[in-house]
Amino acid sequence: MISFQVEDISGIVKTVEVPEGISLSLMEVLKASDYSILATCGGMALCATCHVEVKKGEENLSKPNDIELDMIDTLPNADSRSRLACQIRIEECLQDALFSIKDGHQTD
Amino acid sequence: MVETDICIIGAGPVGLFAVFEAGLLKMRCHVVDVLPQIGGQLSEIYPKKPIYDIPGFPEVKAQELVENLRRQIVPFKPTFTLGEKVNSLEKKEGGSFILTTSDETEIHSKVVVIAGGLGCFEPRKPELENLENFEGKGVVYMVKDPETFRNKKLVIAGGGDSALDWTIYLAELAENVTLIHRNESFRGTPDSAEKVAELASSGKINLLLNSNLQAVHGNGVVRSVSYIDKEKKVREIDADYLIPLFGLSPKLGPMAGWGLNLDKNAIQVNTLDYATNIEGIFAIGDINTYPGKLKLILCGFHEAALMAQSAFKFVYPQQKLSFKYTTVNGINAF
Repeated sequence: MISFQVEDISGIVKTVEVPEGISLSLMEVLKASDYSILATCGGMALCATCHVEVKKGEENLSKPNDIELDMIDTLPNADSRSRLACQIRIEECLQDALFSIKDGHQTD
Repeated sequence: MVETDICIIGAGPVGLFAVFEAGLLKMRCHVVDVLPQIGGQLSEIYPKKPIYDIPGFPEVKAQELVENLRRQIVPFKPTFTLGEKVNSLEKKEGGSFILTTSDETEIHSKVVVIAGGLGCFEPRKPELENLENFEGKGVVYMVKDPETFRNKKLVIAGGGDSALDWTIYLAELAENVTLIHRNESFRGTPDSAEKVAELASSGKINLLLNSNLQAVHGNGVVRSVSYIDKEKKVREIDADYLIPLFGLSPKLGPMAGWGLNLDKNAIQVNTLDYATNIEGIFAIGDINTYPGKLKLILCGFHEAALMAQSAFKFVYPQQKLSFKYTTVNGINAF
């Protein structure tokens, strides 16, 4: 199992566990775990609504490609730790990382 | 006041196809969308991407699908209000509805069909103190009429193609244009980034890189904008308008206050006819939810067909609906 932590938009931090070998993005896992994260374009790095901040473990992740960086650049509240969850694959390098959802919608 | 049989909120693929299904049953539609063009997520987010799961199309580019739908509904002469958000919905005695948009357009209809997708596309706003106080008083998020900015002092913020393209366009009209971006360089289309660099080096625009907006100032209307420069010092520039261009993000918006049953920002419907809890209001496409819901365009198409059969009784309460195939009856254009 790969386990990492997720901070939702209200600041609550929980651990998420995902089996190894699963071919999903962080965005897909967060959606499946009922987090209020948007994914307007479905995971094509075309909308930047799945914006997360990597608060811990950033150095272990594979680097963002140009397309992802282009989209992050359009956000008003991005910084050097910003990533798009749809571009982060679930891999061992996510172990013990901490992701904070930046732009989830408020649920009722 | 626009008078129509069905007011469709959302001009994405499902909203457009709803015009077709309604038209087969001789119901006229008026379609409203906050975006300035039809096509919804397809035209706004991924126009050039291929879609593989539209029945009958092994592969179709998103914008082509929108164009096909536009042609498919031409016989039913739909009318459109684009670039406006539906702010309020009022149910009158007698059961009909009056919808009012952000630009005060009023639409009177017997039925409302919400095909709002993931929600109303709203501009992303930078976190600046006082920003919302100046909305409509110098802070604008969309350039509707470029002439508004002729001979004015503009501050444009953003790092994507939208910010670059509007800087280039408005540099010709405005008294002066300042473009603020937090990074060292732009990642937009290389041609646009180069053109902006040329305008900056020839003094036609003021380019502030490695800089961040800090606050808006003014007495009722925007007078200046302060920012933090690359040396982390706070500076201020005169401005008539601040135009933050940080892309769009969908929000449920005013619909959240209309008394509809919601579940996690989606509208609950029954699966007989995709009606909501308010009689005369239906919800189809990604905006609705029910057990087993799949957010696929083809599901929205199916929902539109069933919705139209039920909407008929509100538009033609005295008539009996008899089911007809287009192969037998053809398309009876309005």
